[in-house]
Amino acid sequence: MSSTAEPKKLTKKELKADHPTWCPACGDFAVLASFFNVVQKLGFDHEKVVCVAGIGCSSRFPYFVNTHGIHFIHGRALPLATGISLSRPDLHVFVFGGDGDGYSIGGNHLTHAARKNINLTYVVMDNFVYGLTKNQTSPTSPLGRKSKTDPRGAIDRPINPMAQLVSSGATFVARSHASQVKHMNEMFERAILHNGFSVVETLSECTMFYPGSFDDSIPRKGGEFNLVGEEHDKQDLAAAMELTGDLTPGKFGVYYETERDTKNELESAWVKDAQAAHAGLSGQDILRKSFSRMR
Amino acid sequence: MSETATPTSIRNAVIRLAGHSQDGIQSIGAFLAQLAGSTAQDVMTYMTIPSTISGGPSIFQVHLGSGEVLHPGDESDTLVAFYQDSYDNHLSSVKDGGICFYDSDKVEEVQEERGIIHIGVPFTSATIEAIGGNAKSRGKNIFVLGMLCAVYELDREKISDIIAAKFGKKSEDVLRNAMLAFDAGYLWPVHDINHMPMAPGENDLGQERLSTDGNTMIGLGLIAGGCRFGAGYPITPWSTIMEQLRSELPKYGGMFIQTEDELAAVALAIGASYAGHLAITGSSGPGLSLKSEAMGYASMAELPLVVVNIQRGGPSTGMPTSVEQSDLMQAIYGSHGDSPRVVLAPRDVEDCFYTAMEACRLAKEYSTLVVILSDQAIATRIEAFPEPDLNQHWVEPVLDLSERPEDFKPYPLEGLTRHSPPGAKSASGKYPVVTGLEHDEWGHPSGSPKMHDQMSTKRRKKLIELSQNYGDPDIYGEDSGDLLIVGWGSTYGPIKEAVDRLTAEGHKVSQLAIRHIHPLNPNLSEVFGRFKHILVPEINDPGVYGFGQLATMLRAATCNPAIQSLNKIQGLTFRVKEIVTKSEQVLAGN
Ligand SMILES: Cc1ncc(C[n+]2csc(CCOP(=O)(O)OP(=O)(O)O)c2C)c(N)n1
Ligand code: SF4
Ligand SMILES: [Mg+2]
Repeated sequence: MSSTAEPKKLTKKELKADHPTWCPACGDFAVLASFFNVVQKLGFDHEKVVCVAGIGCSSRFPYFVNTHGIHFIHGRALPLATGISLSRPDLHVFVFGGDGDGYSIGGNHLTHAARKNINLTYVVMDNFVYGLTKNQTSPTSPLGRKSKTDPRGAIDRPINPMAQLVSSGATFVARSHASQVKHMNEMFERAILHNGFSVVETLSECTMFYPGSFDDSIPRKGGEFNLVGEEHDKQDLAAAMELTGDLTPGKFGVYYETERDTKNELESAWVKDAQAAHAGLSGQDILRKSFSRMR
Repeated sequence: MSETATPTSIRNAVIRLAGHSQDGIQSIGAFLAQLAGSTAQDVMTYMTIPSTISGGPSIFQVHLGSGEVLHPGDESDTLVAFYQDSYDNHLSSVKDGGICFYDSDKVEEVQEERGIIHIGVPFTSATIEAIGGNAKSRGKNIFVLGMLCAVYELDREKISDIIAAKFGKKSEDVLRNAMLAFDAGYLWPVHDINHMPMAPGENDLGQERLSTDGNTMIGLGLIAGGCRFGAGYPITPWSTIMEQLRSELPKYGGMFIQTEDELAAVALAIGASYAGHLAITGSSGPGLSLKSEAMGYASMAELPLVVVNIQRGGPSTGMPTSVEQSDLMQAIYGSHGDSPRVVLAPRDVEDCFYTAMEACRLAKEYSTLVVILSDQAIATRIEAFPEPDLNQHWVEPVLDLSERPEDFKPYPLEGLTRHSPPGAKSASGKYPVVTGLEHDEWGHPSGSPKMHDQMSTKRRKKLIELSQNYGDPDIYGEDSGDLLIVGWGSTYGPIKEAVDRLTAEGHKVSQLAIRHIHPLNPNLSEVFGRFKHILVPEINDPGVYGFGQLATMLRAATCNPAIQSLNKIQGLTFRVKEIVTKSEQVLAGN
């Protein structure tokens, strides 16, 4: 946010931290590379970027980025990031995590961070599986997929993450693919520049436990990578919902984008008014006024 | 009807108002308490709230005293019964020869043999007549207030001011009706008894006195301690703290957020703490259980965090509106793994303010999790006490975004943890990741056995160091003797009164109120050694081994075989006489 005289853009070298501990060719590498691209391009102050995550392979993300970061507990990255975003509007807050972290154990938080329109950017690396705990069924695992917890194949209907995100009240919802770096770059950039709760559901293959999961959307593997059409009205909620109807392989791009007051703005407005009403008073004076009502 | 009360002035009066929750008996109680505070009297109130929303039976007891008041009263001098069930259920709380006012429009008097003076007054119809129109029975609480003011010869002018301050805001009509009801009650001819003027208050009026409840003082103590950000989810009896902070914090540039659940609330608070603020979350009962994973994270990551627990009757949903002290072990150990934290317990309403401030200071200074363990009794009761001096008790929060030096390490093995919040530059160009994984001095995840040993030691040692700065335990009475009664939380007053009574009987009895629940004061062993018997009254279950939760900790910490427990598990606080009786037994050696 601070505009220094000559904005010095961050280099990849400055942004890189430990070498990722992900399995070779894990889709999450490409997400990380794309994130570096976008952060470099946007020219943020290094110390104002914060990476937040819960638990999972994908949630190890903050260790691999040399910015301020916090690796929290499973499923609670969004409320933690909400605390950062609301209390420190000067920061650029990024949240990373998997399908288990975000859509299962943390599912309720997603709805509330979205409806409150917390100003942050959330990247879900959806691999349709629990990677870190070594191959159990996830909320996005397709019916019939065998895993350690579903040896006869998944029997629970998977959730539709795009339908949930669009209906949650998020003000920017996009879908991307880790095998399409240019597309990710564009989606991440637009998500970051969006004022409010922006989320990018990113298909990211778990090469260890679910290889080939996204072949149907990878052209060089015989699939189709179809973009959301030019004619799609991003402001139209019903049209966005309609796009979520078929995700096999479905469309990639921005499903929904709208402007709404962020909670950050609404809370700050209250603080501003409350402080204006007590202008000229020290904290002690204000507290003494409270005391005087109890005498 | 036996003898009538004497017209000489009295030093103490325990008045129990029994009605239904919609009758506004809480407000009369609160008016009386506020009046006491502003007239140098002492006061302690006690109330029960039904867990149903409206219509349930409810009581509000006010203990007024010209000197120190330490407990809400074992039995009442005066009962005011609004309904038949109030009368039937609470007549037994009146002492022999006490007084019972009842609404003669609603209550049938019964024959009893304890010499209780019965005075029937038509609260309902007299109020309607006084206010006129279609007043129904609203205002009968104010009518009763007027009547009590006359009987106890309380300061009519001051109470009128208090009523005006309360109702004047609403509308002139409301205020006029309230004053009509008050005057009607005040002038109602009460026969059968003489007036019992309360002796003047003996507290120093040179200093302003406040009368309010414990939750309010925790909230204000957090503000004075520099806390500016918080998050919570509603649950009784914690909710009033979050409601208060939601309205108050914006004035100080802070904010309090209502979240979707307690898991989110503690996460938001940790997020704000990580961002460099001093943050607070809190709850009661089930909400604390939900927070426990993240509290363990705060302990591991060594982020400053204050968590308020207003204990209520457990387990599970338990007895949501009753008092209990059964979360002590949970507060100390309630996360998986070794996750050291500080636990403080305020002993009365005034202490809530200073405990909250101490929690803020310790959290910041030692970069640690601090749990404030209050309880339903302190949370909801009103007491009068001197106004805190903000020239001495005030901490202005600072957000330290200074550049961290080249050799900055968030988790030095020798020294206290200091985090670098986002927004702070790193001279080294390397930025830290705060983590719940075991880590090295820089915060890098580490699975090294040696590192886990060293870091666990670091987290343990800071608590030991912190406890060495407590100073001597604060003993009431002689510092050696036959019996030391050790308590914590809201039992402070009843224990102190019990010690006074036992001392008056000639026993060598002292009191120790433990405010630092964890870590304990390192000098306790030595203090306990100076007494023959140690009795620990607690409002919790003695468990399989026969000792309450604090008593268990004290036995573990001191290995002193003289420690005995006195437990009460009825969702009720101790009566003074229960503590006195048990103490007499202990002193007699049985
Ligand atoms: C409270 C809790 N429950 C369970 C776990 C174990 N756990 C860690 S990660 C994980 C699932 C990870 O799946 P996902 O979020 O999809 O991330 P991925 O590894 O696939 O990237 C589970 C169940 C935990 N750490 N904490
Ligand atoms: S287990 Fe799967 S998700 Fe995890 S690092 Fe390996 S490939 Fe990636
Ligand atoms: Mg996954």
